[in-house]
Amino acid sequence: MTFRLTVNGRPRDVEGAWLGESLLYVLRERLGLPGSKNACEQGECGSCSVRLDDRLVCACLVLAAEAQGRSVATVEGLSAGDRTLTDVQQAFLDQGAVQCGFCTPGLVMSVHDLLDRNPAPDELELREAISGNLCRCTGYGRILAAARTVVERRAAATPERELP
Amino acid sequence: MPAAAAPVALPESVDEVLQALADEPEAMILAGGTDLMVEVNAGRRRPVSVVSLTRVRELAGWSRDGDEVVLGACLTYADMERGPLAALVPALGQAARTIGSPQIRAAATIGGNLGTASPAGDTLPVLAALDAVVETAGPQGSRRLLVGDFVTGVKQTALLPGEIVTAVRVPLRRGRQEFLKVGTRNAMVISVVMVAVVVDLDGRTVRAGLGSVAPRPVRARSAEAFAAEHADWRRGAVASPDVVARFGQLCAEATSPIDDHRSTADYRRRAVAVCASRALARVLPPEGVHGDGGPSDE
Repeated sequence: MTFRLTVNGRPRDVEGAWLGESLLYVLRERLGLPGSKNACEQGECGSCSVRLDDRLVCACLVLAAEAQGRSVATVEGLSAGDRTLTDVQQAFLDQGAVQCGFCTPGLVMSVHDLLDRNPAPDELELREAISGNLCRCTGYGRILAAARTVVERRAAATPERELP
Repeated sequence: MPAAAAPVALPESVDEVLQALADEPEAMILAGGTDLMVEVNAGRRRPVSVVSLTRVRELAGWSRDGDEVVLGACLTYADMERGPLAALVPALGQAARTIGSPQIRAAATIGGNLGTASPAGDTLPVLAALDAVVETAGPQGSRRLLVGDFVTGVKQTALLPGEIVTAVRVPLRRGRQEFLKVGTRNAMVISVVMVAVVVDLDGRTVRAGLGSVAPRPVRARSAEAFAAEHADWRRGAVASPDVVARFGQLCAEATSPIDDHRSTADYRRRAVAVCASRALARVLPPEGVHGDGGPSDE
């Protein structure tokens, strides 16, 4: 079947797809966007986290054809241009939150999603936000440190409001 | 001859959904996808056509209707786990927040939990405890069934061919509610045991719904009657530890659990007793939920 997706703001035509293909499969195998990782194919690991109409979901559990007309945002679309990093990606590097790297795109998506909704999460909110992302290397300590670093840097970059 | 139906129908009204299902009786019904796509990805199901419910506005969101809330079938757990709905039906909010992960909760729906009708469906013991009513629509019109009648067995429902769940009507009860679940971790877990205990201060009843311990959600009727009989309703309290312990025992006796790869029947019975006792002590605490001045809003 043939349908059109909107991925990272651009229309992308999908041709010759099988009805049952997941959004993850289509992104990786048909549209050349392998940033979303394929591990469990059952929503357990979060490595394929993408935003679908501004909700963070597992791309493996989205029927690709059902996503037509919706806005899909992948890890490839996070940074503004080539060779630039978002503050979350930079903090992951600075804090050593990347080991094998397989879970990193999903975790970066999750941390962005959390901090967009909640700029000052407490520890429990932070842990809950990444509870759907499995990492088998880091033990999560450096990932949590990276997220806290982003919170601190964003707070420091925001001019303090004048008290009334 | 009509044009071949699109393999993915994206209807925007319940009438269009029913028409699409009439046109394609073999179509798979898709809501959040968190159950269906697992099956498809694993090759256990191969859809030839799909009817998606996600663009039907009538099925989205929730509303208050007198002393009930009406939850659209496509209401997600993310919509249930916090905010005004979680305040109105706390046990449902608690259950929703234990489900999957944020990514799963952003997609998965209450209608899907009912349609899948897994013994481990996390909202089912809460809905059973509250005597929620499932609304369906189909070729023969709409029906209303108690959750306990809607779920007929392991992954079996009373849905007829061409029917869908459209909404769930959840009665509001004045009083505390508690939902407890046992699993191997706090996220991404299929429950080993679930206990929902709801107090109705006006009706002076205690309601207990149990999950993952029988083919269908269980109501522990004798435990409920025992607790109501031994509660101090003037204060909203169960002061005796013996009553709390006996309530847990009676809940465990209402179950018919199995041994499987997640747990043993013995462990499930024990866990139900512990969770049910704990839940009762929270919803009717020894110190009571009322002051000595009689009934009030806690």
